[in-house]
Amino acid sequence: MVILPTGGLRMRYGAELTGVGVLAFLALIGAAMGVDEPFRQHMWVLFFTVAAFGVLLMRRTAFVPAPAHDNSSYMDDVIRYGAIATMFWGVVGFLVGVIVALQLAFPDLNIEPWFNFGRTRPLHTSAVIFAFCGNALIATSFYVVQRTCRARLFGGDLAWFVFWGYQLFLVMAATGYLLGITQSKEYAEPEWYVDIWLTIVWVAYLVVFMGTILKRKEPHIYVANWFYLAFIVTIAMLHIVNNLAMPHSFLGSQSYSLFAGVQDALTQWWYGHNAVGFFLTAGFLGMMYYFVPKQAERPVYSYRLSIIHFWALIFLYIWAGPHHLHYTALPDWAQTLGMVFSIMLWMPSWGGMINGLMTLSGAWDKIRTDPVIRMMVAAIAFYGMATFEGPMMSIKAVNSLSHYTDWTIGHVHSGALGWNGLITFAALYFMVPRLWNREKLYSQRLVIWHFWLAMVGIVIYAATMWVSGIMQGLMWREYDSQGFLVYSFAETVAAMFPYYVMRAAGGAMFLLGALIMAYNLTRTILGHEREEDPIGGKVATARPALQPAE
Amino acid sequence: MSLLDKHRIIEKNATLLFVGSLFVVSIGGIVEIAPLFYLENTIEKVDGMRPYSPLELAGRNIYVREGCYTCHSQMIRPFRDEVERYGHYSLAAESMYDHPFQWGSKRTGPDLARVGERYSNEWHVQHLIEPRSVVPESVMPSYAFLANKNLDVRNFETHLIANQRVGVPYTEEMVQNAVADIQAQADPDADTSELLARYPKAKVGDFDGDPSRLTEMDALVAYLQMLGTLVDFSTYDDAAGYR
Repeated sequence: MVILPTGGLRMRYGAELTGVGVLAFLALIGAAMGVDEPFRQHMWVLFFTVAAFGVLLMRRTAFVPAPAHDNSSYMDDVIRYGAIATMFWGVVGFLVGVIVALQLAFPDLNIEPWFNFGRTRPLHTSAVIFAFCGNALIATSFYVVQRTCRARLFGGDLAWFVFWGYQLFLVMAATGYLLGITQSKEYAEPEWYVDIWLTIVWVAYLVVFMGTILKRKEPHIYVANWFYLAFIVTIAMLHIVNNLAMPHSFLGSQSYSLFAGVQDALTQWWYGHNAVGFFLTAGFLGMMYYFVPKQAERPVYSYRLSIIHFWALIFLYIWAGPHHLHYTALPDWAQTLGMVFSIMLWMPSWGGMINGLMTLSGAWDKIRTDPVIRMMVAAIAFYGMATFEGPMMSIKAVNSLSHYTDWTIGHVHSGALGWNGLITFAALYFMVPRLWNREKLYSQRLVIWHFWLAMVGIVIYAATMWVSGIMQGLMWREYDSQGFLVYSFAETVAAMFPYYVMRAAGGAMFLLGALIMAYNLTRTILGHEREEDPIGGKVATARPALQPAE
Repeated sequence: MSLLDKHRIIEKNATLLFVGSLFVVSIGGIVEIAPLFYLENTIEKVDGMRPYSPLELAGRNIYVREGCYTCHSQMIRPFRDEVERYGHYSLAAESMYDHPFQWGSKRTGPDLARVGERYSNEWHVQHLIEPRSVVPESVMPSYAFLANKNLDVRNFETHLIANQRVGVPYTEEMVQNAVADIQAQADPDADTSELLARYPKAKVGDFDGDPSRLTEMDALVAYLQMLGTLVDFSTYDDAAGYR
């Protein structure tokens, strides 16, 4: 006998299960009727992913009285999931990075067709940018916005939709690349149907975030939330415009970009550069503005500087895209405009760096005793270095040498590993004990191990890429006294080998550090605490009394 | 600093902050990108550009699918060494039918903007199957599977129609003959006069060394062999093309 739910009873996850069922059904239709093989395979992936999720939901469903709305506390469960997802995707992204680095040194590691470099490289970039950094941004923004607005997340379970919907986007994007489903636009590789899904998820994210700000109990909107909001809004604009495309069939995996050639190139780099500017910079500055003052227990250095550098940063960043297209068929006026704005961008970037670093005024001694502060300071320092190197590389004369070489790759990694990586690790070290109500981390000493492995790894990575990039750029343009080119292209490829091996070693060290973090945080979540001496030695607690100045 | 004090108004009003941010981040794109769509000198006037033949388009789709842009650029810069190495610097007109563009950003391998007609079909096939057998220093992955995979040509006209919708001037005649044109271009015994009338300078014949099959290798090599060969540089005026 079937008992139907009556008035007071409500099926838990009823709406969710309906949605999952509809999506699974659509996936089956796609798998059966898709017009190309990759699309059918991709729809099977979607079906099994959604079906597995549906089974999980069904195991947890029940007909129960409708729960009373709990508006009393912060919604932290979704952030706990987000913190774990950030750790997981970080390790995945770094691991794929080490693999693709080794593929460049030892090409026999390519396994055709699914694991050829052309498919694994977007897997690496998307895993790190969208999966690792994206999850970090969503989780920290939910953490920060609730605490700085003193309000529970808006929209109830919508935040859960954002989290799981985003993971589905990541799974579809990653499996798509390996199956050969890509637009081949850098950092915008997912095809049209995955893009549409991300748009839906992103709008939900905006609604949750904006809604929480609107119902805040604090009169002021805290500066971190300006940056998060600008990041969410701008990414929505960039994503939608750059991915406008015409599918050849609504049951096919391939689409043709709405724009062609030179217009497509500038639209793409307007998107691509601001994926850096807003995803990897503005959002992460939001992180900096909350977690650095919290960990240092100091107020933000300058309120006025934060106003100026916020508006200057978001205004100037958008213009910088053409520096990816110097000396190409893009009209000269656009290149020059992009170069000028890129150089101006140095100022608001360093405004942010100064505001972050100077927040430590009066607390500099904590670098010695608090490894999390140390990580934050290193992150901000890398932010400063990368945002100096970037404007320098956008100067056309410099770019004529650096473009198309590994120098660009090294530059990106000093920003991504140094700034995004380290500040995310620091935020995780801050959030995890608090989210799981642990007194402190499992081990401070393991944080120091993580810190130094990451630092040395980054330095090896960036230094080898400077050498290989500048060397290859110079070899390409080397003439002999007779006026002939000295090197064939193949010779310049062979010369890269030792640097590609060293680069992989640097990346492996960074990966090892992340694994140590995953271990440390897992033990923290489990409630363990390691017996160890405090940082700075046992005597730190028994400091001699300060002498008055003479 | 009374101006900065006025910032409190924005800080207390989420809607103002939202609208203000969106406005500020819109300006750069509008000023920089929008003019490229209407300034007439954005794309140089050249002779010889035409839409891709269906077989070339299928090959280009494989180039896109395999992510070749991660290692190969298709954009020669106007420097002495690049022009000597690769040929005339690239023009905007040469990628005017490229949806999406494939200029690339990294040269782990050489530029391919003018690789067409530089090597024989046999060289390309051998190189794609086992790159280090012809270039020992190469770090390119093997693409041997292309030679064993039949090209999927069913309903290929939908690809031309999608291109039409985004502005590529395919005619109705081209759309209707899409599949036939693919077969004809890769068949050494076919009558290609109509194909060549529709797509001048198209390379015809068997590309992959196996005339009995139409494979993805045929399509990719057909695409590589036409790259950079369309524009007639004897009639191109460098000075007039400068923007």
